[in-house]
Amino acid sequence: MSAFAFTPEDRAQDRAQNRAATLGLLARASGPRLAELLPDLPPFDWLRRPELGAVMLRGRMGAGGAPFNLGEMTVTRCALRLADGRVGQAFVQGRDKDHATRAAVADALLQGDQAGRIEAAVLAPLRAEEAARRRDRAEKAAATRVEFFTLVRGED
Amino acid sequence: MYVATKGGERAIDAAHAWLAEERRGDPAVPELSVAQIAEQMTLAVNRVMAEGSLYDRDLAALAIKQARGDLIEAVFLIRAYRTTLPRFGASLPVDTGTMQISRRISATFKDVPGGQVLGPTFDYTHRLLDFALMAEGEPPVAARAPAEATPAPHVLGLLDRDGLMEPVSAGAETPPDLTREPLELPASRALRLQALARADEGFTLGLAYSTQRGYGRTHAFVGELRIGLCAVEMEIPELGFTIEIGAVELTECETVNQFTGSKSEPPQFTRGYGLVFGQSERKAISMSLVDRALRWEELGEDATGAPAQDAEFVLSHCDNIQATGFLEHIKLPHYVDFQSELELIRRLRRDATGAGQ
Repeated sequence: MSAFAFTPEDRAQDRAQNRAATLGLLARASGPRLAELLPDLPPFDWLRRPELGAVMLRGRMGAGGAPFNLGEMTVTRCALRLADGRVGQAFVQGRDKDHATRAAVADALLQGDQAGRIEAAVLAPLRAEEAARRRDRAEKAAATRVEFFTLVRGED
Repeated sequence: MYVATKGGERAIDAAHAWLAEERRGDPAVPELSVAQIAEQMTLAVNRVMAEGSLYDRDLAALAIKQARGDLIEAVFLIRAYRTTLPRFGASLPVDTGTMQISRRISATFKDVPGGQVLGPTFDYTHRLLDFALMAEGEPPVAARAPAEATPAPHVLGLLDRDGLMEPVSAGAETPPDLTREPLELPASRALRLQALARADEGFTLGLAYSTQRGYGRTHAFVGELRIGLCAVEMEIPELGFTIEIGAVELTECETVNQFTGSKSEPPQFTRGYGLVFGQSERKAISMSLVDRALRWEELGEDATGAPAQDAEFVLSHCDNIQATGFLEHIKLPHYVDFQSELELIRRLRRDATGAGQ
């Protein structure tokens, strides 16, 4: 039975995985939409003011071989600390400093007793909207899937 | 004698003011917004992102507006802007196998797991001008069908499994970066692919076409062409783990090329590879053909003297910003250079006609 017990390391890894998934969701969301869902920001101090930069994207030659540099994309990052000491980080695609700020605030709030509220008010709608966008694309793609049929010619 | 001249400022200011007025066009026609360019001139935006080597739709759209639709000028603006950005690091290599596919076709196999998906393509259109677009109307609506969650593995993997396909190339985990160190020859395949990914589409197309016409022929089939959204993951040292920081649209082309084997290798198909920002399939196919042609030495083929096999020729001329910079500088004042040419030719003519004796 002990094999199924959660160790503190498992819990820490779980928390890291959840946080990584959430930071990804916040990064992929649109800045204006995040501002609608999280309009009011609690007081905080900057650890790193929103900073605009570039990340070099890599691909793999032949899709699975050695990496090569494909080109850069714009990214905004920041870090902040809430009054209770919780730290929030954000790395988001694009040049929207407000998007990065709100993503970092959400990250910090999710580590405290307001996690449930942020999950329901911010993350759940973002997740649903992202799933809808994926489904939208997948359904349009499916409509353009080619259904081949073979014409039999001559006699067998 | 060297004489510095001044006096262009007023003319330059006036020229730029007129440029701005010309850019705006007839004020009776509504002004084009950056958002309109980003949404409705998407393939131009894609090209500027790819050749500008910076994935940012809004900036590419702004550059197109500022450049009055001159895409090379727009690429120039993006290249200049990107040099001002601090580099936060590099992403993990994107996993194109898990992209959210909007288009995926294979010219080598009819029945592929995941199916052939045409996506929003110009293929099979009649190339007749659509005058309905001159009138305003309701936007057309795309058809829909139930989406199945079938995975779409890379088509070339199927050949790989049977050993008919050359294995994918191994190489350094940290690839060389053209934007950090000057190009050195011979260039590794990683460096060549980086240069081709940002190369001028027209130049790359011309070279790829030359290989099809026999100048470094490689008998290419499009094994697979896929377009879709790919997640971008990055390791964040401050966090100690990897997160997704966004998603980019990419076009990937894998060609299957003939190879008759060599002294050391059994007969196997070989690969060409193209990966480009945005929906840019002409560029992605061109890139894979040129990539494959440049691999002649590694694959034990003969040098035929074809331009597409000559890495120095290809890599030194494929960048349209380098090319246009050097080409267009000759229109700027060269009064002193030309003065010396003029004096030289006068002296030569004097000598030739014996006038000086």
